[in-house]
Amino acid sequence: MRHSDPTADDITTLIETQMHLEGPLLPIFHAIQDACGFVPESALPLIAGRLNLTVAEVHGVMSFYHDFRKTPAGKLVVRICRAEACQSMGGSALSAAVLDKLGLDWGDTTADGAVTVEAVYCLGLCACAPAAMVGDTLIARANVPRLERAMEGAA
Amino acid sequence: MDSAARALGAEDVVAAIRAEAARRGVTVDIARNGSRGMIWLEPLVEVETDAGRIGYGPMDAGGVAAIFDGGPSLGLVEDLDWMKRQTRLTFQRCGVIDPLSLPEYEAHGGLAGLRRAIGMDQDAIIDEVKLSGLRGRGGAGFPTGIKWDTVRLARADRKYIVCNADEGDSGTFADRMIMEGDPFCLIEGMAIAGIGCGAVQGYIYTRSEYPDAVAVMRRAIAIARKAGVIGPDVMGSGRAFELEVRVGAGAYVCGEETSLLNSLEGKRGVVRAKPPLPALEGAFGRPTVVNNVISLATVPVIFEKGAACYADFGLGRSKGTIPLQIAGNVARGGLFETAFGMPLGEIVQDLAGGTATGRPVKAVQVGGPLGAYLGVDQFDTPFGYEEFSGQDALIGHAGLVVFDDTADMPGMARFAMEFCAMESCGKCTPCRIGAVRGVETLDRIAAGDGAAVALLTDLCETMTDGSLCALGGLTPYPVMSALRLFPEEFGAMKGAAE
Repeated sequence: MRHSDPTADDITTLIETQMHLEGPLLPIFHAIQDACGFVPESALPLIAGRLNLTVAEVHGVMSFYHDFRKTPAGKLVVRICRAEACQSMGGSALSAAVLDKLGLDWGDTTADGAVTVEAVYCLGLCACAPAAMVGDTLIARANVPRLERAMEGAA
Repeated sequence: MDSAARALGAEDVVAAIRAEAARRGVTVDIARNGSRGMIWLEPLVEVETDAGRIGYGPMDAGGVAAIFDGGPSLGLVEDLDWMKRQTRLTFQRCGVIDPLSLPEYEAHGGLAGLRRAIGMDQDAIIDEVKLSGLRGRGGAGFPTGIKWDTVRLARADRKYIVCNADEGDSGTFADRMIMEGDPFCLIEGMAIAGIGCGAVQGYIYTRSEYPDAVAVMRRAIAIARKAGVIGPDVMGSGRAFELEVRVGAGAYVCGEETSLLNSLEGKRGVVRAKPPLPALEGAFGRPTVVNNVISLATVPVIFEKGAACYADFGLGRSKGTIPLQIAGNVARGGLFETAFGMPLGEIVQDLAGGTATGRPVKAVQVGGPLGAYLGVDQFDTPFGYEEFSGQDALIGHAGLVVFDDTADMPGMARFAMEFCAMESCGKCTPCRIGAVRGVETLDRIAAGDGAAVALLTDLCETMTDGSLCALGGLTPYPVMSALRLFPEEFGAMKGAAE
C-alpha cells in the first residue's frame, strides 16, 4: 500500500482494470483502496463519470460498507473480533485492555499514525477464540502479550 | 493452510520442520492441506506411514524434534474418536488432500458427480437434488431442488448461480473451511447447478474478513478453468460455465440473499422486498440460484454416491448430514459433520467436552447472532430444522457458541440489539429504529426499570412481525431467549417475561 494521494490518472487506470466486470463498483472501490490504502474523495466523480452514476450514488454505495475508508488508516491496522464466540472467551476484556493501553477508542488511530484499532465481527476463528488480525496476520487464542508481540513484529 | 491452523502457528511449525529436517539431513515432503476440523488439535501435523496418517498436535515449533524422534503421537488420525464418529460426506476430502491439487481431488472422488451430471438431462439433475432432500444450509432450510427447478423453468437470456459465501455469523466457519480446504468441491457443485439450471455464469460472494479463502478460491478457479472443469466447454460437454469470486466490504447484512445481490450489482447492500423471488428476478434482474457454500459443496457427493444414499442419513425432514461448528467456550472446538438428529447436549458435553474454562455451561447460542440461546434443560433437543423450531430456536448455519456460567446474558441481549442497529441496512423501520430502541430499553432494564421488560417484549414482537428480512426479524431470538432463560438477570419477575 502506498498510502499517498493518487493522481486522477492513477484512479482512472484503476477504474479501467475493473470495467470488464458485471457490476464493477465494489471491485473498483477495492482496487483503489488496495492500491492507495483509502478511497480519496477525488475518486468519486471519476467513478461516477465512468459508470454513468451521480456522485451522490457513488458516495451512497461507498458509505454503506464499513471497509471503505475516506482517509488513510494508521500504518498498522489491528482488528479485534467483537462477536459472540470471541466474547465467550474473554474477547471484550482483551479489546478493552488493548484500547486502554493505546489510549484509543474503536476506529481511532494513535497520534503518531502508527496504529489503528478496529472492531471486526467474525474472522471465522470461532473454535480458537478470541481472534484478532494484526496487519495481514491472523491470531487465534489472542491475549495482550501475543498481540503486542505481533504489533512489534509488524512495526 | 487452513487459516485457523495458521492463526495458531502452523507457519512456524512448517519452518521448524524444514529446519529440523535440514539439520538431520533427512528429506521430507511437506504437503499443505486444509483442516480436518479438529481445531483444538491445530496445528496438526500428520505423518504418512504404511498404516495410515499418524497425527501430532497441537504442535508448536519446539515440539517438532519429537516427531523426528518418533515421540508420542495421537495415533492414526482416522481412528481418533472425533473422526470415527463423523459421517463425512461434504467434508470427505477436507484436511486430507492438497486443496489446490486437481489430481488429488479426482483421486478422492472429485469430479465423479459432475461427470455423471453431464450425462443427465436437466430435469433428471433437478430430480436428483429433490430426491436427496437437500435443504439450504445457510439457515433457511429451503429445499434446494425446488429452487433450482424454478430457475430452470424461468425464461431468460441469461441465468446465474450465486454462492452465498458471506459467512458472517459468529460461531460458523464451515464455508471458510471448504473454500480453504476443498475449493474444487464448491466449484464442482456450482458447475452442476449451472448445467442443471441452464446458467452460464456463477459468482462466489464472500467476505473481506476471509482473505485466505479468497486467495485459495481464486487460485482454484484458475486451475479448474485451465483444466477445462469450468469455462466455455465444461469437461467436454459443450456447455459453458464461468466462475468469479466477489469480495464484500464488511457489511453483515449482505449475507441476506437480496442484499447480497444488490451488493454484487454494485449497489448499497439494501434488502429487496420479495416477491419477486431471486429465482425469477435475481442478479442483474435475471433468474438466479442463491445457495449457501455448504449446500453447493454437498451437491457433488449427492451425484457421486446417489441421492438415495444421501437421503438415508438424517432425521424426519432434515435429510443428510450437517457440519456442526462447535465454538466459543469449549474444551474441544471444531467442525463435526454428522447426520441430523444428534441431541444438543451430546454435542456440547460429550463432543466438545464442556467448557474450555472448566466451569458449568450456562447457555449455547445456536445459529449465529440471530440464533436463540438454549439452556441446559433444552439439551435433549435433537439437531434438526423442525426440532429447533419447536424450541423457538433455529439451527441457522449450524454454528454453536457455548458460554460458561460467567456469561452476562443482559449484556449479550444488548449486544444483539447493538449489532442489529449497527448492521441494519435501513430499509425497514422495525429493524432500523427498533434495534436502537432495543438497546435503549435494555439499558433501562439494566438500570433497574423492571417495567421496561414488557416494552422490550412488545418491541421484539414488532420486529419479528414487521421486519423485511432475518436481521430485524430474528434479532429478537437471542434477546427474548436470554430473557426467557434468565429472567432474574434482567431484574424481571418470571411472570413479566412470559
